[in-house]
Amino acid sequence: MDASYITPFMTSIQNVFSTMFQLPVDIGEPSIKTDNTATHDVSGIIGVSGEMLGTIVLSMPKDAALSIVTLFTGMEMEADSEDFVDAVGELVNMISGNAKAEFQRKGVSISCPSVVTGENHRVSTPSGTACVKIPCSTDCGEVVLEIALREATAEDKEPQTRAA
Amino acid sequence: MRILLIDDSKTMRNIQKSVLKQLGHTDIEEACDGQDALNKVPEFKPELCLVDWNMPNMDGLTFVKTFRETDKTTPLIMVTTEAEKSRVIEAIKAGVNNYVVKPFTPDLLSERITETIAKCAA
Repeated sequence: MDASYITPFMTSIQNVFSTMFQLPVDIGEPSIKTDNTATHDVSGIIGVSGEMLGTIVLSMPKDAALSIVTLFTGMEMEADSEDFVDAVGELVNMISGNAKAEFQRKGVSISCPSVVTGENHRVSTPSGTACVKIPCSTDCGEVVLEIALREATAEDKEPQTRAA
Repeated sequence: MRILLIDDSKTMRNIQKSVLKQLGHTDIEEACDGQDALNKVPEFKPELCLVDWNMPNMDGLTFVKTFRETDKTTPLIMVTTEAEKSRVIEAIKAGVNNYVVKPFTPDLLSERITETIAKCAA
């Protein structure tokens, strides 16, 4: 994957966490993720479509996610509450939107966020797309950004046809 | 002043509500998407709307275009993660009066709300 796809997400998570709740983020060494099993038990997921295709996942251990959401919202929440899911979704939405702006491409869209919780859940990425894990260290715990992005091809843009 | 907050994230509406309350605004209605907002406009008669862009059912840009068909003056502030220049221009052409990119600090949002109200009152 083009390294220029990764850097915007590093600055974006730092920007979102520091602007919204003054939480510094130390970025670790990115690595390639080789399976679809979620790194942690809370995943905020955004789909990317248009000129680029893929997924952006903010993966957090439950305890770290609870602490971060408390800082973000000013309220303590249960991990199975709608408000917790909403807050995690908004975090990954801001991180993705902020990074997308760096691409400066008109034809890239991001989806509304989805949030999945539970141990060992799986998040699939589009075929032919490498997934890069960006470890992020915070005072609330370690979280991971998982970026699986590629250029859309002509085949992606064409409607699927099937021979009769 | 009657203020309509339009965002599918309750978290974001709560953050915006807290900024508005600090500015002394308490007459606040909430909508979870553009369609919900259009349904609430006739009765609530907002004097200011804060609008997210990416929402299910009806996005913020469609809301702005539809709202502006009948109301050319009520100030609208887009509060969104869409930060590309082309998006800002698109929103302004559609009729928004000001633009705030998420993430924002409470001070920045507060400043944009105050300046928008002042400009539109002038």
